[in-house]
Amino acid sequence: MAMLEIKDLCVNYGVIKALKGITFEVNEGEVIALIGANGAGKTTTLHTITGLLSAKSGSIILDGKDITKTAAHKIVKMGIAHVPEGRRIFQNLTVLDNIRLGAFTRKDKDSIAQDIEKVYKLFPRLEERKTQIAGTLSGGEQQMLAMGRALMSKPRIVVMDEPSMGLSPILVSEIFNIIESIRKQGTTVLLVEQNAKKALSISDRAYVLETGKIVLSGKASDLINDESVKKAYLGE
Amino acid sequence: MAFLENLINGISLGSIYAVIALGYTLVYGIAKMLNFAHGDVIMVGGYVVFNAIVKANLNPWVSVALAVVACTVLGITIEKVAYKPLRKASSLSVLITAIGVSYFLQNMALLVFGEKPVTFTSVIDIPKISLFDGKVVIKGETTAAIIASILIVIGLSLFVNHTQKGRAMLAVSEDKDAAQLMGINVNSTISLTFAIGSGLAAIAGVLLCSSYPILSNTTGAMPGIKAFVAAVLGGIGSIPGAMIGGITIGVIEILGRAYISPQLADAIVFAVLILVLMVKPTGILGKKINEKV
Repeated sequence: MAMLEIKDLCVNYGVIKALKGITFEVNEGEVIALIGANGAGKTTTLHTITGLLSAKSGSIILDGKDITKTAAHKIVKMGIAHVPEGRRIFQNLTVLDNIRLGAFTRKDKDSIAQDIEKVYKLFPRLEERKTQIAGTLSGGEQQMLAMGRALMSKPRIVVMDEPSMGLSPILVSEIFNIIESIRKQGTTVLLVEQNAKKALSISDRAYVLETGKIVLSGKASDLINDESVKKAYLGE
Repeated sequence: MAFLENLINGISLGSIYAVIALGYTLVYGIAKMLNFAHGDVIMVGGYVVFNAIVKANLNPWVSVALAVVACTVLGITIEKVAYKPLRKASSLSVLITAIGVSYFLQNMALLVFGEKPVTFTSVIDIPKISLFDGKVVIKGETTAAIIASILIVIGLSLFVNHTQKGRAMLAVSEDKDAAQLMGINVNSTISLTFAIGSGLAAIAGVLLCSSYPILSNTTGAMPGIKAFVAAVLGGIGSIPGAMIGGITIGVIEILGRAYISPQLADAIVFAVLILVLMVKPTGILGKKINEKV
C-alpha cells in the first residue's frame, strides 16, 4: 500500500478549476517530483494535501486513512511537513525560534534538543546564525531554515514547494544535495520544482502536470530522456 | 509640586490606558482587526464588580476575579459570534461589525444595568503616600494602577516570548498559513488572544472605575478610544509600544487638563496622535507591516 495516495482530486479557486481530477501515489522512501509549468496546479496539489486548501472532490489518503477534510494544523502531527513556496519563515523571530516552532506539536523535550542538533549538522549555517532574526538571513539560508523547521516535526513525508526558487546555481546544487541526504535518513519527499532537470535527477518517479491534469508519469530516469518532456520542461 | 502630582496622576491614568491598549494591540497583532468593542468590555467589567460588591456583598477580590472571568467569556463569545464568521471578509466589514458590537454592548448594558449612572466604590485599599510633608499626595488608586500595569506588561511579555502558546501567537501574527503548517490551531490562538485582551479589559475597568467612580453604559467608550490612540501611537502590535503609548497619552491628557485647558485636553491627545503619525506612521515602536496581496 502506498504511504500517500491522491485519488481523483479536484480543487477549485472560485470558478477556476485548478485541479481537474489528479491521481498519484507516493511510496515510503521515495522521492517523487511533480513538474509542470506555472499555473499547472503543483502548489495547489501540495496545499490541498496539507490542508491549506480544501478539495472539491476526490480524496487524500495517508497510511490508509482519509485525511481529505483534516484541518491543516492536525496534518503535521500525522507525519506530513510542508516547506512552502517562498519559504514563509517567521521573519521577525530568531532562527532558533523558527526551528523550535517546527517542533510545535511535539512534547518530547529531550529529543527536540537532539533534533535541533541534527538540523544544525545538516545546515551548519543555521547554527552560526541561531540568535539572528530570521528576516535578515539570505535567500539560501532562509530556504535552509524552512527545510530545517519542517524536519523538526519528525515528518515521514516532506512536501517541498520550489525549494530552489530564486537561488544561485551553487546554492541550488546545495539544496538538492540536502534533499538527497534527507531522503537517505529515511524521509519520503514529494518535490515540486520548476527546475525539472535537477528535480528529475534526484527523483525516483515523477508526474507531469499540465493545467490541472497529470499528462505523463513514470520513472524519473525515463522521463528525463522523454522527447516531449525534454522539449517542454528541460529546454533542450 | 503640583506638577509632580499631575505627572504621577498622568502616569497612573496612562497605565490604565496601557492595559486597555494591550487588548487592542494583541488582537490587532494576531487577528489583524480593530476590535472597537474592546472599550465596552471595560464597562461590563466595571458593572460586574459594582454589582458583585454592592448587590451581592461579595469580597472585592472575589468580585474582581468574577469580572475577569465574565469579560474573558464575553470576549471569547464576541469573537466566536461576531468576528469568526468574517475571517475571510474584507477588513471594512469587520470594522463595521466591531462598531456594531460596541453599540450592542452599550445598549445591552442600558437594558441590564439601568440608565442611571452609578457611583463605583473603589476596591483598592492601598494607603495614600505623602511626599514632601504632604505637598504631594499619591492616592492608593494611583499607585495601584501603575503597579498593576507594570506587572501586566512584564507578565504578558514573558508569556508571549517564553511559552509555547505565546510563541504560537507570534507565529499566527506573522503568517497564519505557515503557523498552521507548524501544527498551530489558528482559531484557538485567536480565541486565546481575545480571552487575554478581555480579561485585561476587566482589570482596566476596575482600575478606571476606582479612580474615576462614575459608571454608566458609555464609561468604556472614551477610554477605549484613547487606549486605541495609545496603541497606535506606541506602534500597534507591540506590547512595550502599548505601555509607552498609554503613558504618553495619560500624561498629555492630565497635563493638558491642568495647564492648558480642561475642555481642550482630549483634543490635544488626538492632535498629538495626528502629529506622531505624520512623522512616523507606524507609531513609536511599530514595525512596518507587510500587507499580503
